Amino acid sequence: METYYKPEHLPRFGEIAEGNKELADAFFAYYGKVFQDGALSAREKALIALAVAHTVQCPYCIDAYTSACLEKGSDLEQMTEAVHVATAIRGGASLVHGVQMLDQVKKLVM
Amino acid sequence: MSRDTQEFIALELLSTGDGALIEVEGPRATTSMRHRRAPLTRPDEQFRILDAADITSGPSGSGVFDRDLKASGWPQLKPATLDIFQINLGKLCNMTCRHCHVDSGPDRVDENMDRETVEACLCAIDVSGAHTVDLTGGAPELNPHFEYLVDECVQRGKHVMDRCNLTILTVRRYQHLPHWFAERGVEVICSLPHYRKLGTDAQRGKGTYDKSLRALRMLNDAGYGQGDPTKPLTLVTNPVGAYLAGSQASLEAEWKAALATNHDVYFDRLLALNNMPMSRYLEWLMEKGMVAQYLEKLVNAFNPATIAGLMCRNTLSVAWDGTLYDCDFNQQLDMTMDLGGTRPHVSDFDLAAWRKHVIRTERHCYGCTAGAGSGCGGAIT
Repeated sequence: METYYKPEHLPRFGEIAEGNKELADAFFAYYGKVFQDGALSAREKALIALAVAHTVQCPYCIDAYTSACLEKGSDLEQMTEAVHVATAIRGGASLVHGVQMLDQVKKLVM
Repeated sequence: MSRDTQEFIALELLSTGDGALIEVEGPRATTSMRHRRAPLTRPDEQFRILDAADITSGPSGSGVFDRDLKASGWPQLKPATLDIFQINLGKLCNMTCRHCHVDSGPDRVDENMDRETVEACLCAIDVSGAHTVDLTGGAPELNPHFEYLVDECVQRGKHVMDRCNLTILTVRRYQHLPHWFAERGVEVICSLPHYRKLGTDAQRGKGTYDKSLRALRMLNDAGYGQGDPTKPLTLVTNPVGAYLAGSQASLEAEWKAALATNHDVYFDRLLALNNMPMSRYLEWLMEKGMVAQYLEKLVNAFNPATIAGLMCRNTLSVAWDGTLYDCDFNQQLDMTMDLGGTRPHVSDFDLAAWRKHVIRTERHCYGCTAGAGSGCGGAIT
């Protein structure tokens, strides 16, 4: 069955250089640097990436950062908490708009 | 003083192979394949499974380890200097971890080194020039000659390493060992796959984590893990699943912080090892249908920079019966050291012959060359 998402696209990510090598090289160099140990550890960065992956709902990123989190020493409990952080912010982001709704209701009803 | 206060409960009485009985308790994640009479106990069956995987990556694209060495500028894998004399004292263990490459367990009471072979090891150590004696198993402490061997090596001025599963130190009969080790400056190298309970217990058996922390506190109380070079406490982590070991330095910083903050437990260094696709770890990969996938991961991560530092180049491995091997993995696959002709034995050890011999390899060797490299000394690069 044809689908938009294809698992084999993830290992082929580098092929994006075909249309513009300079930009791809710059992007991958930057990407690699972002995930190095810094003020945050590589493990903490992978957990953030896992949470963001669930927020942008990118299946490539979810697979990649599940592996990365495990390899960098996180366990299922820590990774699940990271996903709940993403979930809380997504849910909270909807809910906080409810205050706009509340103000609007107060304008319109008796 | 030990903070270990839990009442000891003897779960089993085991023969040591010397006519004595020992009380052993230990977590169990599985049973030994030998106990289950699984076909995979046979090395030829393990090689058959590994060789069945179709591999087209790596420097030679063949999935033949020797060819990938050759393609990386190593036409023959030969020894460097003999630094480490590693002795596997036996397959007996109080635990039965899911990934064990030795297929150890409490049922393996017959495969324990006897005194005569211990003496032959000591003679070989004297001529080997090795600065370090590395004791492994099973749980090496369960061998009745363990303390004698350690004392003899310490008296010879050797650096002694005990590869300890931690939980054995909580068994009453072995609770004196942390202080005993400290008096002799023995380096204690402890298996702890993760600094949290979930992964540790999944791989090593329920209850392992709590017992391991108790043992680590006993070691801390004996002066280990405090930065004192005469009392080094080393932890060994390996992935709890089908992925490669992470960056050793990065993991070490995380583990030190987590164990100190959460448990007030301290250690000196962390070694990150890959799991070898053999024995019970191979059995687990087969159950998951991931043998080919894991092998591919190892071969894709083949790193030529690890070859010079492979442990088979500076380590000698002796089995419980005195047979010589290039490493403990080859030992469990019964790939004896190729010294020409007969089955090589520690009582015939000849350093000049060792220097000239060619190291034997098979597909499992990709576990040591993957990523940052892996071996009993941790990452290589």
